[in-house]
Amino acid sequence: MQWASWSAFFNMGGYAFYVWFSFGLTALCVAWEVISLRKRSKAALRLSKILAQG
Amino acid sequence: MSINWFKYSSPQTFYPLAGKMIPWFVWLATIFAIAGLYISFAVAPTDFQQGEAYRIIFVHVPAAWMSMVIYIVMAGWAALGLALNARLSAMMAQALAPTGAIFTLLALVTGSLWGKPMWGAWWVWDARLTSELILLFLYLGFIALQASIDDPRRADRAGALLALVGVVNVPIIYFSVKWWNTLHQGSSINMGAAPKMAATMLMGMLLMALAFWMYTVAVALMRVRCIMLERERSSDWVKELSVTAGGKL
Repeated sequence: MQWASWSAFFNMGGYAFYVWFSFGLTALCVAWEVISLRKRSKAALRLSKILAQG
Repeated sequence: MSINWFKYSSPQTFYPLAGKMIPWFVWLATIFAIAGLYISFAVAPTDFQQGEAYRIIFVHVPAAWMSMVIYIVMAGWAALGLALNARLSAMMAQALAPTGAIFTLLALVTGSLWGKPMWGAWWVWDARLTSELILLFLYLGFIALQASIDDPRRADRAGALLALVGVVNVPIIYFSVKWWNTLHQGSSINMGAAPKMAATMLMGMLLMALAFWMYTVAVALMRVRCIMLERERSSDWVKELSVTAGGKL
């Protein structure tokens, strides 16, 4: 293990902003892409259902 | 035993197959990401020159690799769609573009976040950075062009042409650090040369790249399913599916 404490881990040797921004943004992009695709699929199915029954 | 691949080239048969494949790729991506993040933060040592800031490499390099790999795969599907007039191939190309654009954006932003503390600049107009920015514009151009043409088959053909012309940019990105004097460092991994980084650093990077790769397959399959539903809205199989599946996915 590389870290003396949790605060040392979060501090990233003084580069916390750069490191956590990079990983955080990546995580956000992944979450956004998956959630928006779920929504898109549901919306498409809903519209087709209306078309099928209408 | 031979598999009839053409059977799966119609949206109607590929849709349920893709649905069965997605959870597997999600699991693989999750496992590789957990292992990769553990090695990236708990095992890989501090860099003697860059301190902890170098840990950005574990997202930056895999994202940059994927930005180029996805473009080549996308152009390949687009070419296949153009040559065989196959709608599923064109849909695959369309499904990959947004994910490629996201990885390109991530490569640029994480690179910027790495450049600031190490080079003292968020951005420089060197060959590597500029050609990667052009890649982002190629992805966005492909998406915008497809969206601007109403007839999906015409949109596929126009998009395919743009994607194929843009392929020339990928080797320029890859070799830019060799061909020009760039502020950007050389390749992290060279074929036929011993790696210049610690084995654990390399391992973390490769695991993260595998996670991104599996993630890309999963979201591309999710998106191609959406595209199929949207494009074949008036066909019987989509109508039936929407009624039997109800609202659930």
